[in-house]
Amino acid sequence: MKNSSGGKGSMSTASSITTWKAGDVVPVPDQFPAGLRVLVVDDDPTCLIILEKMLRNCSYDVTKCNRAETALLKLRENRNGFDIVISDVHMPDMDGFKLLEHIGLEMDLPVIMMSADDGKDVVMKGVTHGACDYLIKPVRIEALKNIWQHVVRKRKNEWKDLEQSGSVEEGDRQPKQSEDADYSSSVNEGNWKSSKKRKDDEDETDDRDDTSTLKKPRVVWSVELHQQFVAAVNQLGIDKAVPKKILELMNVPGLTRENVASHLQKYRLYLRRLSGVSPHSCNPNNSFMNPQDETFGPLSSVHGLDLQTLTATGQLPAQCLATLQAAMLGRSTAKSSVPMPLVNQRNIFSFENPKLRFGEGQQQHVNNNNKQVNLLHGIPTTMESKQLTSLRHTSQTIGNVNMQVASHGAQSSQNNSSLIEMGQPLSRVQILNDSTVPLSVGQPIVPNGIAANVSTRNGVPENIRAPGYNLVSQTSSILNFPMNHASELPVDTFSLRSTPGMSDHTSKGAFHEDFNSEIKGSAGFLPSYEVFNDYQYKSQNWELQNAGMILDDSQHSNSLQGNLDLTQSVLVQQGFPSGQINGQNRSVPIVSKAMFSAGDSTEPGNLLNVNHHLNTIRADNTVRVKSETVADGNPSNLFVDHFGQEDLMIALLKQQQGIAPAENEFDFDGYSLDNIPV
Amino acid sequence: MDRNRLRNQVASMRRSLFDQGYLDDQFIQLEELQDDTNPNFVEEIVTLFYNDSARLIQNIEQALNSSPIDFCKLDDYMHQFKGSSSSIGAKKVTNECTAFREYCNAENAEGSFQQVKQEYAILKRKLEVYLQTVRQASQTA
Repeated sequence: MKNSSGGKGSMSTASSITTWKAGDVVPVPDQFPAGLRVLVVDDDPTCLIILEKMLRNCSYDVTKCNRAETALLKLRENRNGFDIVISDVHMPDMDGFKLLEHIGLEMDLPVIMMSADDGKDVVMKGVTHGACDYLIKPVRIEALKNIWQHVVRKRKNEWKDLEQSGSVEEGDRQPKQSEDADYSSSVNEGNWKSSKKRKDDEDETDDRDDTSTLKKPRVVWSVELHQQFVAAVNQLGIDKAVPKKILELMNVPGLTRENVASHLQKYRLYLRRLSGVSPHSCNPNNSFMNPQDETFGPLSSVHGLDLQTLTATGQLPAQCLATLQAAMLGRSTAKSSVPMPLVNQRNIFSFENPKLRFGEGQQQHVNNNNKQVNLLHGIPTTMESKQLTSLRHTSQTIGNVNMQVASHGAQSSQNNSSLIEMGQPLSRVQILNDSTVPLSVGQPIVPNGIAANVSTRNGVPENIRAPGYNLVSQTSSILNFPMNHASELPVDTFSLRSTPGMSDHTSKGAFHEDFNSEIKGSAGFLPSYEVFNDYQYKSQNWELQNAGMILDDSQHSNSLQGNLDLTQSVLVQQGFPSGQINGQNRSVPIVSKAMFSAGDSTEPGNLLNVNHHLNTIRADNTVRVKSETVADGNPSNLFVDHFGQEDLMIALLKQQQGIAPAENEFDFDGYSLDNIPV
Repeated sequence: MDRNRLRNQVASMRRSLFDQGYLDDQFIQLEELQDDTNPNFVEEIVTLFYNDSARLIQNIEQALNSSPIDFCKLDDYMHQFKGSSSSIGAKKVTNECTAFREYCNAENAEGSFQQVKQEYAILKRKLEVYLQTVRQASQTA
């Protein structure tokens, strides 16, 4: 709630003044709907002028744009500067529906679509994409006079959601969530609950008072926030993602359940829509990409551990982690977008649960490794913004990559899911860390990537896709990720997400190449590598360590653990050059496998689980990594520069492929974990 | 006297434009938007429309002249043209656009664009005269 500082109402002059542009008419609550701030987008100049004039005559405050990109820019620059958007459907630079999705996910504003086309399917498209109304051109002023109702309605609904979600969902939620909560939010829960309660109360009061005005502060769903959201959702599992839990996981001060609830609705719509996209292509164009998507969810859990650790340590760009997570999660939750995991630098392992599946011994290792492994867990606060950015991007990319890889690797059905998952991982990651990582704390880890994604949605797919494809092809040989999840990953979204990450890092490309050669053996995680690369893992050792851990704990056959191990090893291995999964690189695949499996089995809170997994054996998800093989790996060696991403990717892919039978998936045998220096 | 005559002239021209189906209700919407802050709103909009649509027509003709004809693009242009013309209330032009679009959908571009252009030109002329008279009437008033 951006406005919150000033006051709840955007209408109140005091608080809203900051959001008004100079010279703007400040809406006065009493005169509502006068002063409603409308953004109208239409490429036809004649229509645009007419609309502007009509809206002015309705006493609205009008801003016009003739391009969708410009409109998005304006909206992003001034997040609380508009109350409603009216957009044409056919525009040269961006499809009106895409714009609609972006706005819905990023800014949560009501959007009205317009078109001279009154065909039923177009109108239906508007509905499914979440438009709150659809006007047929030529638009009459009478139609515009009442658009304020959409603003009021939306606020009212959000408010109601908040209320309802708390009571209803609490009861409905399954145990799993509580599990997640256990380790991820147990620490926070108490605090969160109490603070949330307060927040809710405040919000409710405010909302009640002002439903008729525009007072309710609108939460701006920034990329970061959205990524957190996605991570949380992924972690919980899209089916079980209750606003309350999501909010808890996100742990963002000032965010209310209501906000989350309405955002969740949108997100679900979005995912649903995406799942309708043909699964076969990791369509980068998926709208999935909303940075705020929760697609990251599941992955993080599985891979989260590793990823998080990696990211935490800065080795794995947060983004990568997110992406990986997303990929991992993809299985379970297609939705999670890549919530940028606020990965703390802490090693994944370091956080409380270093209960790596590996076993006690590993724990220690983990701990050791943890330091470095800050995988996504939280984008280390200390990380420089740049790093974070790269992390984010990478995470996203990774997620994306994973998704793609996963999708390719897996059956088409899985593809989607994997993709989606990938997107989510970021979110997951955060969740995983939650105990350790203050997700909420404005660490906008992901946003960059995501944002990038969003804006380049159109172009994003390309980027992401590429890596994904690479991965896919390569992975098949080594990693057979049994991507079983059928989660409906919105492929598009995922890809979108990843793109930004990818695109952001030029190094990625380079990395990519490196990996390509390397990964060949391992399953082409290239994309992931790239992502990670950006990140620059500094502590490669960490990776290796993790790998080592994984390896060491061969006994863990628990799926989760195995998975985790793998992930770690995978991560560790990232450095492996040219597909040596055997050596250090090997670990990567293993890890990823672990990650995947972990992710798979436990959808909700995969992110969290990942961590847990590492620590606790969660049989369900994790891929059974044959730890024996892992043992070979030398943790320290494992982390080579590349490692993070590749490994993660591999892990992710594996998971996605269905971690279930670990043996199948991973084929550790193939790896020579032995090499992994532990 | 002049003023009245002019006003009467304006009124009758306007009525005939509506009666003959050249303009529809949307044009009235434009007229209603005209006020003190935008005293020449209608004229401005019509001018804007004609300037902008000239470009569009060029694109359409270019598309029609290319071979093979890109019907998808053509449909796009026609959609735009239709949206534009309907927003100023150019009834006949809009109808011709719809008809032509149907031809395009059948991938048969023969014949109809000329009709669109024709209606477009006719309306342009009529509106020019009309608006000029309006201007004169307001000036003398």
